[in-house]
Amino acid sequence: MSRETALVTTDWVSENLNNPKVVFVEVDEDTTLYEQGHIEGAITFHWRDDLQDGLVRDLISKEKFEALLSKNGISNETTVVLYGGNNNWFATYAYWYFKIYGHQDVRLIDGGRKLWELKALPLVKEVPSRAATRYVAKERDNSIRAFRDEVIAAIGTRNIVDVRSPAEFSGELAAPAHLPQEGGQIKGHIPTAKNIPWSKAANEDGTFRSEAELKALYEGAGVDLANDTIAYCRIGERSAFSWFVMHELLGVNNVKNYDGSWTEYGSLVGVPVAVGA
Amino acid sequence: MKTCGATPGGPSLDGVDLTKQSVIQGVILKDGQSDGVPNGAPVASAHVRLLDSQGEFTAEVPTNTDGQFRFFAAPGTWTLVVLAPGVRKELSVDAATGVPAEVVIQI
Repeated sequence: MSRETALVTTDWVSENLNNPKVVFVEVDEDTTLYEQGHIEGAITFHWRDDLQDGLVRDLISKEKFEALLSKNGISNETTVVLYGGNNNWFATYAYWYFKIYGHQDVRLIDGGRKLWELKALPLVKEVPSRAATRYVAKERDNSIRAFRDEVIAAIGTRNIVDVRSPAEFSGELAAPAHLPQEGGQIKGHIPTAKNIPWSKAANEDGTFRSEAELKALYEGAGVDLANDTIAYCRIGERSAFSWFVMHELLGVNNVKNYDGSWTEYGSLVGVPVAVGA
Repeated sequence: MKTCGATPGGPSLDGVDLTKQSVIQGVILKDGQSDGVPNGAPVASAHVRLLDSQGEFTAEVPTNTDGQFRFFAAPGTWTLVVLAPGVRKELSVDAATGVPAEVVIQI
């Protein structure tokens, strides 16, 4: 993967608003902003309501994913272009999700909704309707998804990258500072994890930094990208952002996103925990 | 006191346990005032970034339709960076547990 295949610019979006092969999908933790205005032709997926199983803490099943895409008019041949607020956190989570279910052509708008708004580009309220399809997903590709036992085994042996803010890493905060302070049962981080906040991979306008800057970011923090890497955060969406950076922009294949993240690890009984910078 | 329909400062604190939270919140308004009171229109969909005392990014929120935003921070000095089309504004703010830090920012 590379920037050319994984990202599109806002200019590309403007030129492809009426491209029938493209479906734009706004993904976020709530869909209020979508209702207030969205990119013309875009549909929306709600991070929790559409993409979480709801009963079991897990992704939705292959059958439910197929039904979700089919009813929204996304076919296996569609170019799915994702974007969202929150610096594309939930859009990159959805990107990772589409890859897990084997979608061929999925891309992300560089800068997401924020850059679109900062450029004062048009937003519309009309909700499009698209003819239903019969989407067929692949079996889950867990080569990009880490589970808790693998994370515990990785302590001291593989790269573990904690992409939360320094205050969450040290144990001062339990959640990002714009959210109520709730999360795992305890605060801190996974021992031997390097704290490389997701935000260091992004420019202020939400676009990604250059490949040279990104490579220097991880290597400068002592991450040997030749070794296996697991990224985590609190609920797995910010780490999907950093997974996207390493796996898709830098083309490093052996990177997994631990979507259980601190809300799971910080509630496990008896596992090792570290605090402090 | 109302400012163009928006409550000066941040959103309602109903339901927020201030004994446990160090809240930084406020409202982004366009320039304009009457008798020294800011009365510019609220700026929706501005982006407010919270940086820690080392200048490190900590969080970011868009303003709501009333131009308001809120952070749950920790006690200490923080920097707010406001981004809107053609605008970038920075200011320092102190947070403390119990008393929300309320700011009105005009751009």
